[in-house]
Amino acid sequence: MSKQMSQRLWFGICGFFASMTIVALLFLLFSIVKEGASVISWSFITEPPRRNMTEGGIWPALVGTFYVASLTVLISVPIGIGAAIYLNEYAKQGPVVRVIRMSIRNLAGVPSIVYGLFGLAIFASTLRLGVGLITAAITLAIMVLPWIITASEEALKAVPNSFREGGLALGATKWQTIRNNVLPSAIPGMATGSILGLARAAGETAPIILTGAAYFSRNLPSSLNDSFMALPYHLYILATQHAQAAAVRPIAYGTALVLIMMVILLNLSAILLRNHYRRKNEMF
Amino acid sequence: MTAFQTAVKENKKKSPVVQENINKEESIFSAKGLNLWYGNDQALKDINLDIRKNGVTAIIGPSGCGKSTFLKTLNRMVELVPIVKTSGAIDYHGVNIFDPSVNLVELRSSVGMVFQKPNPFPKSIFDNVAFGPRVHGVKKKAELKEIVEKSLRGSGLWDEVKDRLGESAMGLSGGQQQRLCIARCLAVEPEVILMDEPTSALDPKSTLKVEELIQELKKDYSIVIVTHNMQQAARISDKTAFFLNGEVVEYDNTDTIFSNPQDKRTEDYITGRFG
Repeated sequence: MSKQMSQRLWFGICGFFASMTIVALLFLLFSIVKEGASVISWSFITEPPRRNMTEGGIWPALVGTFYVASLTVLISVPIGIGAAIYLNEYAKQGPVVRVIRMSIRNLAGVPSIVYGLFGLAIFASTLRLGVGLITAAITLAIMVLPWIITASEEALKAVPNSFREGGLALGATKWQTIRNNVLPSAIPGMATGSILGLARAAGETAPIILTGAAYFSRNLPSSLNDSFMALPYHLYILATQHAQAAAVRPIAYGTALVLIMMVILLNLSAILLRNHYRRKNEMF
Repeated sequence: MTAFQTAVKENKKKSPVVQENINKEESIFSAKGLNLWYGNDQALKDINLDIRKNGVTAIIGPSGCGKSTFLKTLNRMVELVPIVKTSGAIDYHGVNIFDPSVNLVELRSSVGMVFQKPNPFPKSIFDNVAFGPRVHGVKKKAELKEIVEKSLRGSGLWDEVKDRLGESAMGLSGGQQQRLCIARCLAVEPEVILMDEPTSALDPKSTLKVEELIQELKKDYSIVIVTHNMQQAARISDKTAFFLNGEVVEYDNTDTIFSNPQDKRTEDYITGRFG
């Protein structure tokens, strides 16, 4: 075989594998949209499930997911950004920082069900927070922390050193320099990372099953200790745990569609936000 | 009042004693047995150098001779490299700047710095110049406006930018950006301005403008400039120090250095035989 031929063959094979990812995504989206689109209506979004979930909508699950994801962000973003600033701007590179970094990397690799178990053992039992919104949110927050820290550190690393030097050389303190010169340029990247973390938290099932998600709840959660319905868990129940599997199948697809739309919207907003700031930074 | 300020004040009382061994000219910095290492590499070797007050002191030498390192040691910006170690002293107002009591914020407020590559912040022209005063606590808009105008006039940029102070500093030309950085430095009202090859990233016309500006500024400030360009050193400086391999080979009046160097290595360098 000539060199040219062999090159073409291998590029062809690699290209085929690359396109398979697109095919997989499109196929997944297509099947969910095809089965789920017909179910989705205003009442599907705004009504609670009825008649043992064979009718009605997903409102409590949607709200529950919104609550737990928002709480997760409130807890994880300040901690994540603070940790990133410390690691990247303040900490002397040495054994302590190495250990912290190693912990972060390991946290990222822990399976989500283990987080669930951990949350149940530590927050629900040991710290007596019980099973509910706050326990689930803290558990999810720990799960997404590595993402937020890593994204924030990348954002800080991308800020040119000349911004820091310029500030320090003018007699600004380290914090003033970070606050006025470094953070404004790093915030878009941090926000993007946080939104992606949020999207991941919104879609997780295993940790919340053990720490606060409810099989069914007539009422929306009214306190931080209430258990809550959540989209991914609701979907899991409809798809595998329900006695009338055939009857709830369309609702399961509808739920899947709403969940996936939500995650795509979040990712899209992260991308738009990043592009917006990138344009603004080019201007300024 | 911090220890550093107190020391500066006390020193002003006893300054005649401190300056007795400096030939007539009053010096602002006095390096004594200064050594500096990057890890295990020694970049500065036993530097003893008095830098005169007011006027322009040029530091020349081939790449890697330690001239930028020495400059950045004067406001301790060199310590941003974590592996830096120093020994010896640099006296500034009779206080060793390496003394633990020295407040870096104050040192850098009175020893300003202009970098090799213009480094305006991604903010408006106004906010760039107002940055220093703001971090030092000036809040009143009117006062800030006054400082900004004064500083921009001081760096000869006012007439070019007075109608677009709200626009991004990134839209200025390289030469304008560098003069903006000088204005930003002036706004803090330093006593010394350190310049690290301030024109090496500029075109000849902008270079000329910055050189003229340095001639203006030396009336009110002590300027230490590192330059690769020997003609520039000859044109603008009063004193010149020639650095080689981390040591000061020769330090004298600029005229003497360029017309009648005492050391063979200085002569070789300024006549272009190496470097």
